[in-house]
Amino acid sequence: MMEKLRETPSQTVGPFFAYGLTAVQYGYDYTSIADDQLIDLVTVGNRIIITGCVYDGQGNVIPDAMIELWQVDGSGKYRTAPLEKDRENFVGFGRLGTGTQPGSQFRFTTVKPGAFNGQAPHINVILFMRGSLLHLYTRIYFDDEGSNAKDPLLTSVPHERRNTLIAKSSSSKGITEYRFDIHMQGDKETVFFDVKH
Amino acid sequence: MEKTDYNVHPPYLYEGYKSTIFRSPTKPLVPVASMLKDITMPAFGQSVVRQWDNDLTKNGRRNGEPIGERIKMSGLVTDEFNHPLRNVLVEVWQANSAGRYIHKAEIHDAPIDPNFLGAGRMLTDSEGRYTFYTIKPGAYPWGNHYNAWRPNHIHFSVIGRQFEQRLVTQMYFPGDPLFEFDPIFQSVPKHARELLIAKFRMDWTEPEFALAYEFNIVMSGSNKTPFE
Ligand SMILES: [Fe+3]
Repeated sequence: MMEKLRETPSQTVGPFFAYGLTAVQYGYDYTSIADDQLIDLVTVGNRIIITGCVYDGQGNVIPDAMIELWQVDGSGKYRTAPLEKDRENFVGFGRLGTGTQPGSQFRFTTVKPGAFNGQAPHINVILFMRGSLLHLYTRIYFDDEGSNAKDPLLTSVPHERRNTLIAKSSSSKGITEYRFDIHMQGDKETVFFDVKH
Repeated sequence: MEKTDYNVHPPYLYEGYKSTIFRSPTKPLVPVASMLKDITMPAFGQSVVRQWDNDLTKNGRRNGEPIGERIKMSGLVTDEFNHPLRNVLVEVWQANSAGRYIHKAEIHDAPIDPNFLGAGRMLTDSEGRYTFYTIKPGAYPWGNHYNAWRPNHIHFSVIGRQFEQRLVTQMYFPGDPLFEFDPIFQSVPKHARELLIAKFRMDWTEPEFALAYEFNIVMSGSNKTPFE
């Protein structure tokens, strides 16, 4: 068998990622490959907002985290066409830092994802921050989806911790907004995943 | 023969790096790999890369050339079985030659270079190779502990093909005397630290122009189906 190579070790994204990874959001003179819009005006599906904050172990909001979202479209398909500079139709990939909105919130606009591989609708989340030496994976599920009860991933999580993965819906101006806070530690510590085992 | 230790990543909690104390999960990660098998990562088209984004000595120019030592960085992006990852997005960012980031929250009292942005991106080519030119970054102090300094480094972000192929890391230069004092570098298991240090490549050096360094990147997993 061929000798396996060792992976490149991870290091923290650090405090100064903004002008490189989220330049437009932070007002730097550089382009961005993704932002808070996972869709455009012609994307088919139910428009939703995903909002929340990231909290540290002392309950303080974290103003220098970076969040990536990756999801299927309304019919349950991941985008396979490459993302281009002029992001058109369904993008499915978003990226925001938590350093520009009041209260250090993140706020994404997307469509409600369809079901994928027999799983309940969800959005994959990848989380980076100063003080995190290795990025973290979690998932957003929705509180108005009955199929959560049968979702294989959600049901593999200890029962008492499942609600940390379920975003809470509210409606404003005819658009459904889901609140998904991420807690690094404490009673409400968000469930994070090992995606390799 | 000695068994290779494949655990190369730092822990979430590494007390020498103080910011990890309240930002690291306390509960074990939930294993879910079997449920993520069919998830790929987003692909990117050439249009996200502007003309000079693989040349940081050019993409931030305003009225002249950036100051410092011009270098060429290159390497292969592969999976653990040495399959090349083609057309994947590599993003880089770094301090200028004086050790100063243009980030607005940066307070280190070193000069900003008006002709240096310090950010770039590129797609890997048909062999999985990336190449960019830049200015060698300087060391800078930080507030982790008394007289804390970061070794010279370039930040890298790579988005691979499969869901588990996401990497953010920092690349260091050979022989840096700050290695032994830097908790971020030290957080990596001892046997794996060498994987973060670029190799000086005299044979890649461009005479009269730039010294060259090689930094290969190995992403988790195996890409059994080649994507083009
Ligand atoms: Fe840095």
